[in-house]
Amino acid sequence: MSAMTAFRRRYGASPLHLLLVLASFALAAYAGVRLLKGDTLGVALWFVGAALLHDLVLLPLYVVTDRAAQRLFREKAGVGEGAPRPSVNYVRVPVFVSGLLLLVWWPLILGRVDHYTAYTGLPADGFLGRWLLITAALFVASAATLLVRGWHESAPRRRAARRERRAREAAR
Amino acid sequence: MEASHGKRIRPEPSSSAPSEPVKRPAPLTRLRTAVSEPPPGPARPEFWRSPLRGLWLTSVLGLVLLVGVTLLFVTGLLSYAAYNPDLSPVNDQTPDKGWLGFYLFSWPTSPYWLYRVNQGVHVVLGVVLVPVLLAKLWSVIPKMFQWPPVRSVSHGIERLSLLLLVGGAIFEFATGILNVQLHYIFPGSFYVLHFYGAWVFIGAFVVHVAFRLPRALRALRYGRELPEAGTEEAAGLASPRPVPPTISRRGALGMIGLGSLALFVVTAGQSVGGWWRQTALLAPHGRDPGAGPNGFQINKTAASVGIRPSDIGPAWRLTVCSGGGQVVLTRDELLAMEQREAALPIACVEGWSTPDQLWSGVRLTDLAALVGRGTDTPRALVESVQRGGSFRSVVLRDNQVRDHRSLLAVRVNGAVLSQDHGYPARVIVPGAPGVHNTKWVTRITFGEPA
Repeated sequence: MSAMTAFRRRYGASPLHLLLVLASFALAAYAGVRLLKGDTLGVALWFVGAALLHDLVLLPLYVVTDRAAQRLFREKAGVGEGAPRPSVNYVRVPVFVSGLLLLVWWPLILGRVDHYTAYTGLPADGFLGRWLLITAALFVASAATLLVRGWHESAPRRRAARRERRAREAAR
Repeated sequence: MEASHGKRIRPEPSSSAPSEPVKRPAPLTRLRTAVSEPPPGPARPEFWRSPLRGLWLTSVLGLVLLVGVTLLFVTGLLSYAAYNPDLSPVNDQTPDKGWLGFYLFSWPTSPYWLYRVNQGVHVVLGVVLVPVLLAKLWSVIPKMFQWPPVRSVSHGIERLSLLLLVGGAIFEFATGILNVQLHYIFPGSFYVLHFYGAWVFIGAFVVHVAFRLPRALRALRYGRELPEAGTEEAAGLASPRPVPPTISRRGALGMIGLGSLALFVVTAGQSVGGWWRQTALLAPHGRDPGAGPNGFQINKTAASVGIRPSDIGPAWRLTVCSGGGQVVLTRDELLAMEQREAALPIACVEGWSTPDQLWSGVRLTDLAALVGRGTDTPRALVESVQRGGSFRSVVLRDNQVRDHRSLLAVRVNGAVLSQDHGYPARVIVPGAPGVHNTKWVTRITFGEPA
């Protein structure tokens, strides 16, 4: 067994892996000391907390919400009759876009920036209203898509029904 | 467990000595077996049911982030250099930077829109990448809970590196997005946190790219023939027990792209200005503060930084000094000097900017000539009447002072400067960050302070 293979077996990866990670840790430590110099605990909390908050709160929250929405739209087994249920995406997409806008711009939308007008000379109200109107527009656009698609998909059925009716009338 | 236990005590027919008890595995081995079995919940691969997760989706998102984050890092470094932090402690928000400022250079004044474009790209791109980052993190979430948590030494330190990568990415996005909304809830100065945070992050980013890029590129070449779930090449991303899809992979990418597009539409207008500003429906500088010649964006109003009427009233004086002597000017005397014009934008680190405004006032080199520094004009310390707060003064480098477009402006777009835009006089320098265009100027010192 070569020395390289022995190292690989004990360490789990190539020596290059170890060197690269150690170099990045050294750089992180160099910058990290400076990052943590002021409010050490606060910055550490923000840095690690950011990852944990995302992985353990935000992500589970939207995953569970999405599963609940999917349940609403799921087709019941054995009920094959009637028109198929519309896709969950007609709700999922507008909720996703609206939620994203809120996630990025929440301090302004929820009026959390007290000194905004004092600093910029701009009115602080209006962000919430605009976000709500954008959200309404997203749902309207989704509903319009649903209607148009539904109309197109049912076109063959409607044509067939029309032909049948004409045939019946002609036979009479 | 019970069944396997029963099996173990069954005597084997080939056993030579029936009285000898059957060997039980050593306690350590049993512990290993118990630990190698993931506990119920997210540590089990089958807990994750989405049929979308897999090498292809993660690779596509990763490659978008590779390009995007690289661009963010470069524009971020340029923005830092634009403050000329190595020129004087007055300009330096991060005096402890050490070698992290190794690349600093003299920030140019041409093209005059350089800082405007740089910051527009940095902030708009950062905002637009939010859904891509979230989707990327979603696509790899099973690995966060993978079992055992640490497989080997290399795996352990790689996970530590991933904490720096994920924590750093969210930290940088969060501090940036909060700062552009003036929501200063982060624990310290934005410049300190965002700059050092970027350096902590970028090491882990480079390592991650080095380890994963080959696999990501292979994944795109596989196309539809992805490695099977459970194989090493599948990297533990694909679900072994996927539910029927409610959206295709391309559909999911489309949704993420739509999210980016929506963020772009409600944000980018504040970096363009003019008619486009009103399209920035949710961006902090998406409205104009008023009409008329002074109706363009304000970073900090006069009231917000404590400018009193007496500071900028008839008693206001401009002191121009150099090592040798000093000259004190009233506003009328300043107006009596040769008035020059320059069309220049205001561009903020927060990403918003104005189109070019037509400034008029006295060239900085003409002011330097009053104290005998009209040729080979050196750097200048510019001080405001503003009492507190950051950026109440700035040191401009010689290339900035010597540029013929650099003015001490007294008028803008044909009107007298408004108080919020720095009446009686403000500096305007091509290509400089907005806060270096000092408002309510009261003193300019050319060369080293006496």
